[in-house]
Amino acid sequence: MGVLAKKKKRAGAEIPTSSMADIAFLLLIFFLVTTTIDVDTGIGMTLPPEPDDTTPPPPVADRNMLKILINAQGQVLLEDLPSSVALIRNEVMTHVQNNGADSRYSDSPGKAVVSIKTDRLTPYNLYIQTLDEVWMAYFEIWDTEARSMGFANYVEYRAALEDITANEVRDKWPAQVSLAEPDPGN
Amino acid sequence: MAHFTKKSKAKPEISTASLPDIIFMLLIFFMVTTVLREQEVQVRTILPQAEALTKIEQKRYVAYLWTGPEKLRGNAIGDTKVQIDDAVIEDLTNIRSIMYRKLTEQPRLIVSLRVDEESEMGIVTDVQGELRKAGTLRISYSSRRDISNM
Repeated sequence: MGVLAKKKKRAGAEIPTSSMADIAFLLLIFFLVTTTIDVDTGIGMTLPPEPDDTTPPPPVADRNMLKILINAQGQVLLEDLPSSVALIRNEVMTHVQNNGADSRYSDSPGKAVVSIKTDRLTPYNLYIQTLDEVWMAYFEIWDTEARSMGFANYVEYRAALEDITANEVRDKWPAQVSLAEPDPGN
Repeated sequence: MAHFTKKSKAKPEISTASLPDIIFMLLIFFMVTTVLREQEVQVRTILPQAEALTKIEQKRYVAYLWTGPEKLRGNAIGDTKVQIDDAVIEDLTNIRSIMYRKLTEQPRLIVSLRVDEESEMGIVTDVQGELRKAGTLRISYSSRRDISNM
């Protein structure tokens, strides 16, 4: 009798492990819900290095420079002519893909520079829209180039690259966007 | 023969004893990857919308810099301020030393500029000027995907 009672007590003291999975599941679900795998997206740029007084910036021929000016009122000046943000994309594409055909546009894609100049009072939103249009122009050019190489689009081409630095599409159509110092607002 | 079939019937049960272990493994994975550290942003940053977006895959390269009107008590907003990490930067020339220090720790640093869409270019240019002096030339204008065009 005594032996039996002792045995029973011992068996009852065991922690049931069947609910362990449920507890772990609950914790798992909590962390699944709270985890944010948000990726920061944005328009990438490389700033020019701090100007060196001894070496002046390399001269760029006027025809190779596409000047975009946005003033404080949000008006766009494209190559000294009043324009709008919506027209920038086509203008950049014509400029870069010109290959010396039209004397108003660039000599070659490698020489083509897009310069964006703002005013100190220009709304940031408008600046981003402008920059976005310029980059979209380049993305469209890259897409066309990637398609001619047998890829669906540029993103696919880039994903297929083994060496990210040996990007033929970008080497052929280099994106050269320059940010000019703004005029002091008045 | 009959004995044989009995045995095979008893076998197909999958042991659930290792189930907690599997779940714990998953749990530990998510616990490790979860970032609970949420910096308190003291300036308002409604990001502009754009199309030509690129993702910054490597989070460890990124340093954030917020610019926007300062959030005041009771939904009011103040002057445009710059915030790095947890501190609002009053003197913009301090950006240089902060960013330079970050650059020495992470040479492939990308500065993500989270600028409020209603800001003016003046402060953005000043910040960029400081970044150029610090040598942190890789920047990203943080933007949201333009939903209207999708």
